Amino acid sequence: MTTKLFGTPVARSEDPRLLRGEGRYLDDLGHDAYHVGIVRSPHAHARILGIDVTAALEVPGLIAIHTFDDLPERLREPLPLLIPHPSIRDGRTQYVLARDEVNYLGEAVAMVIAEDRYAAEDALELIDVDYEPLPPVVGPEAARAAERTVHAGIDDNVGARYEQTIGDAAAAIADAPNVLEFRLDIERSASMPMEGRGTLARWDADESMLRVHSSTQAPTSVRAAVAAYLELPLQQVECVTPDIGGGFGVKIVHPWPEEILVPWAARELGHPVKFVEDRREHFISATHERAQVQFLKVGFDDDGRILGLDVELLHDHGAYMPYGVIVPIITSTQLLGPYRIEQYRVVFDSVYTNTVPVTPYRGAGRPQGCFAMERTMDRIARHLGKDRTDVRRVNMLEPEELPYDYGLIFQDGRPYRYDSGDFPASLAKLKELVDWDGFEARREAAAAEGRLLGIGMAAYVEGTGVGPYEGGHVLVEPNGTVQVATGLSTQGQGHETAFAQIVADELGVPFASVRVVTGDTRRFRYAVGTFASRAAVMSGNAIHLAAVKVKDKALKIASEALEVDVEDLELAEGQVRVKGSPETAIDLNVVATMSNPLRYAFDESARIATQFATPASLDRPPVGDDDEPGLEGTDYYSPVSSTFANGMHAVEVAIDPQTSDVTIERYAVVHDCGTLINPRIVEGQVLGGVAQGVGGALYERMAYDANGQLNNASFMDFLIPYSTEVPHVDIDHLETPSPLNPLGIKGAGEAGVIPGSAAIASAIEDAIGARVDAMPIGPAQVHALRCASDERSAIPGRDRVEVPR
Amino acid sequence: MKPPPFAYHAPRTVDGVLAALAELGDEGKVLAGGQSLVPMLNMRLAQPEALVDLSRVDGLDAIEVTDTHVRVEARVTHERLRRDPRVTPAVPLLRQALDWVAHPVIRNRGTSVGSIVHADPAAELPAVLGLLGGHMELRRVDGSREVAGRDYLLSPLDSDTAPEELAVAAVFPRPSAHTGSSFLELARRHGDYALAGVGAVVRLDEDRRLVSAEVACIGVGGVPVYVGLTEALRGQPHDALDLADAVGLVRAAIDPSDDIHATGAYRTHLTGVLAERALTQATAHATHEEIAA
Ligand SMILES: Cc1cc2nc3c(=O)[nH]c(=O)nc-3n(C[C@H](O)[C@H](O)[C@H](O)COP(=O)(O)OP(=O)(O)OC[C@H]3O[C@@H](n4cnc5c(N)ncnc54)[C@H](O)[C@@H]3O)c2cc1C
Repeated sequence: MTTKLFGTPVARSEDPRLLRGEGRYLDDLGHDAYHVGIVRSPHAHARILGIDVTAALEVPGLIAIHTFDDLPERLREPLPLLIPHPSIRDGRTQYVLARDEVNYLGEAVAMVIAEDRYAAEDALELIDVDYEPLPPVVGPEAARAAERTVHAGIDDNVGARYEQTIGDAAAAIADAPNVLEFRLDIERSASMPMEGRGTLARWDADESMLRVHSSTQAPTSVRAAVAAYLELPLQQVECVTPDIGGGFGVKIVHPWPEEILVPWAARELGHPVKFVEDRREHFISATHERAQVQFLKVGFDDDGRILGLDVELLHDHGAYMPYGVIVPIITSTQLLGPYRIEQYRVVFDSVYTNTVPVTPYRGAGRPQGCFAMERTMDRIARHLGKDRTDVRRVNMLEPEELPYDYGLIFQDGRPYRYDSGDFPASLAKLKELVDWDGFEARREAAAAEGRLLGIGMAAYVEGTGVGPYEGGHVLVEPNGTVQVATGLSTQGQGHETAFAQIVADELGVPFASVRVVTGDTRRFRYAVGTFASRAAVMSGNAIHLAAVKVKDKALKIASEALEVDVEDLELAEGQVRVKGSPETAIDLNVVATMSNPLRYAFDESARIATQFATPASLDRPPVGDDDEPGLEGTDYYSPVSSTFANGMHAVEVAIDPQTSDVTIERYAVVHDCGTLINPRIVEGQVLGGVAQGVGGALYERMAYDANGQLNNASFMDFLIPYSTEVPHVDIDHLETPSPLNPLGIKGAGEAGVIPGSAAIASAIEDAIGARVDAMPIGPAQVHALRCASDERSAIPGRDRVEVPR
Repeated sequence: MKPPPFAYHAPRTVDGVLAALAELGDEGKVLAGGQSLVPMLNMRLAQPEALVDLSRVDGLDAIEVTDTHVRVEARVTHERLRRDPRVTPAVPLLRQALDWVAHPVIRNRGTSVGSIVHADPAAELPAVLGLLGGHMELRRVDGSREVAGRDYLLSPLDSDTAPEELAVAAVFPRPSAHTGSSFLELARRHGDYALAGVGAVVRLDEDRRLVSAEVACIGVGGVPVYVGLTEALRGQPHDALDLADAVGLVRAAIDPSDDIHATGAYRTHLTGVLAERALTQATAHATHEEIAA
């Protein structure tokens, strides 16, 4: 028997290549290409009065300069609003090059094309843009105050307002014996992949074909967008993703201005053109996420059971809203976590500010929602003097209650319904993994050494594998190689390995004979993209279904050739063979050859498929009505609704009592993503997520000043944790298979990041005894909180601080 | 993030460097390890017409350890200095400070002299040079001079180096007997420039009472802030230090401003904590040194 690969920690087959530096990233391609440089607005808000390029024309190596005015008509239309939603009142998007106004620092104003990036940057410096600065709106509260506006015609700066309810939260809160009301703040962060954005385009005039390489999470949609803007038939555009050095959400946005400008310029010039973003550009012209202000009001009984929850979110979506309201919708729904909340009202205002636009970054609104709910749980526990895990436990949905439909609409326009999970079991596992009950002893021992310890936890549920669909193609070549393709792209998730495991198992072939290609429209044309922890669920199942088709076809062909019933055959060790008597077998590659009736024996192995070689049945055509040549299959997976993964993190921190410096001493994760294809890859995903969670909790924020200048647009000052800042993580899994898909899997890509801020806030709060309401938090903030709490500790009843709404 | 065009010179001799610098004047810039200069070029914050690279120069790479000093030449990297077994016994404060400088990959290229010339307000080595009473050796085609470490840094990223001058070496005097030292800092991430840092030097008498004490504070002003604490601490026994007054003096001597990483108030608090710890460690170190001697 071939050993089963599904569920085993197969080493990632892509790693040797990537670790040896043999990856092919966008900038490794197109050595002959011209380079694009972009003039970017130095102002957060300004009118463009004129652009003088004269001085730049003298730069050696300059090829062309373009501004809005000399673009063709189609390129002078605003970029698309990718995900329309009824709550969007006035959804503005930017132009590929600013028309007459810029609305954030970094917005594209003019394009330079030169022989290399050095010359392009020399020219950029010499382009003189005459700006009339306008007063900027910075921060969501400035947007709400609406003393200034971002866009003419939107006087309240509100792009969308959306309310969802379950029951009557206001009445439930009014009747509740305990009520707390408070405000929470989360700063901006960003995906920050190692490789920034990048696009290379070649126009082949002989073939009238445009080939676009782009570092994108949505190649099929980039292809469609480029074809639309360049007014080309879809068949004349291909989009290929090379190796992608991380995406984390930012590369789902498309088309970027450069993704349209580069192909257009390549066709205009009849010469390859590329744009490779640098780090500063990534800070100011790719997108950000996270920033929210949250106002909560919760009513609960004396056991801590939530009776009613009211949440108002002020969501800062930046200067434009290309991705609609996906992030605040996810926050509004996923906030509920693993808890039974029967009276709920959530409303968000998604507001315009003169800052970089906000679109999903790994977690996509969930870390904010988790922060809101888990801070609420901790407040309730503190108010009642109860153990924080007990309060969570009384609110948790019991496994028998699943599937559980909240009666809300999720980000895919479909019911918000948890399909599987066992939250109490996960909590029990977590408490054991981190030794929750032994903590007080540890705290005392540490206190004796003059160290402050704190413990905290947070739980989340993550809707993954959103639709509408993905597809897969599996082909067995006559040489035995199995080619697998799916349309979505890969940014480091290990798809080459995980998808090969699925196919190798189904077809009974060696893992090494399976080759997986992702994100190449030449290989697979229909796809949605890589986001929302969906690739394994969507493409994994689609590829599985395609492999089943191939298997069925192989069985049918072999059954005829061996004159054995299909039921008596199996696929194993690269053969189709008779169950129980494996010596009666036919090699799968021979089946592949036979699947394609031939006239010409182009090589020795092909002879068996030629017309005089096969003992054909003369009354049937060589390819039947319900058949096709070739041992291949395509299939699609399209679920009725998302599948919901879940998990819980616990953290122990030590705080230096004098410097207030925070050290993470323990980090424990219990994770349930249904059936595991590859535990090692899942753990890698979780660990990477934890690292980003630590970043969001302790380090990362976009330091905009009141003028909308971004004061930390480099890795010197925007602090991403180094490996030295990321703790050791203990991981345990729970597998509750999803009933929604054949493989029983739920997504795992984003999970690790979601509860980071909530769990770390909980631990810090526990250590210092002062409320933690805003993230991220560094030693200066911890110190300030401790000083303030010393001053206030005399005031009774400070739980009930009034919050302005 | 690409530099504008520049001319590149890579002389083989010190005289060649000096000649190139003399000829280029304001338009030239020395390139040492490049760990600070190259990012500045790429971000177009520095736009020199020409670079004079030290990497091909024959020499300029000695670490000289004598009875009186450790002399570090311009091409010596942080990591070489840190690992040289002769250095720590001679001037322990160098190793104590170098452990905090950046990450290994940067220490492998960045030069110690370059970091002093570069004059970052949070750099460790300028403070070490000042605290120990060391000096810089500067040369130009037609002469040379020495500048005391304490006078060398003028303002953030500005040291007393003329465009046609080459910093040839930094000279760190060996501390006298019964002297202990310590360097402590807190950075947001391992190896980052510090939020604040404190170097301390303490000398004891035969009875292990404090004779002199001084700290240098980094990251809390445009240049290192030196605070003499001899008055406050003289005569205190090594094992029963009362540092409250000293900490108060340190906090009073600095006035850091708020920035994106921390408030000024926090930095002031932190510097006091670090000073207290560094003085305690330096005192313990001094008793150690005495035993060793
Ligand atoms: C991520 C990162 C973290 C860092 N962290 C720290 C830290 O914690 N502490 C710290 O001290 N430093 C830190 N550094 C800076 C590092 O120490 C640099 O190496 C050092 O500041 C400059 O040395 P260099 O040899 O690289 O000089 P270069 O970058 O080559 O030059 C710096 C400047 O000094 C001038 N210069 C250099 N040598 C001479 C000379 N001999 N004569 C005249 N002029 C000269 C140059 O013209 C230039 O203006 C960090 C750097 C990075 C990139």
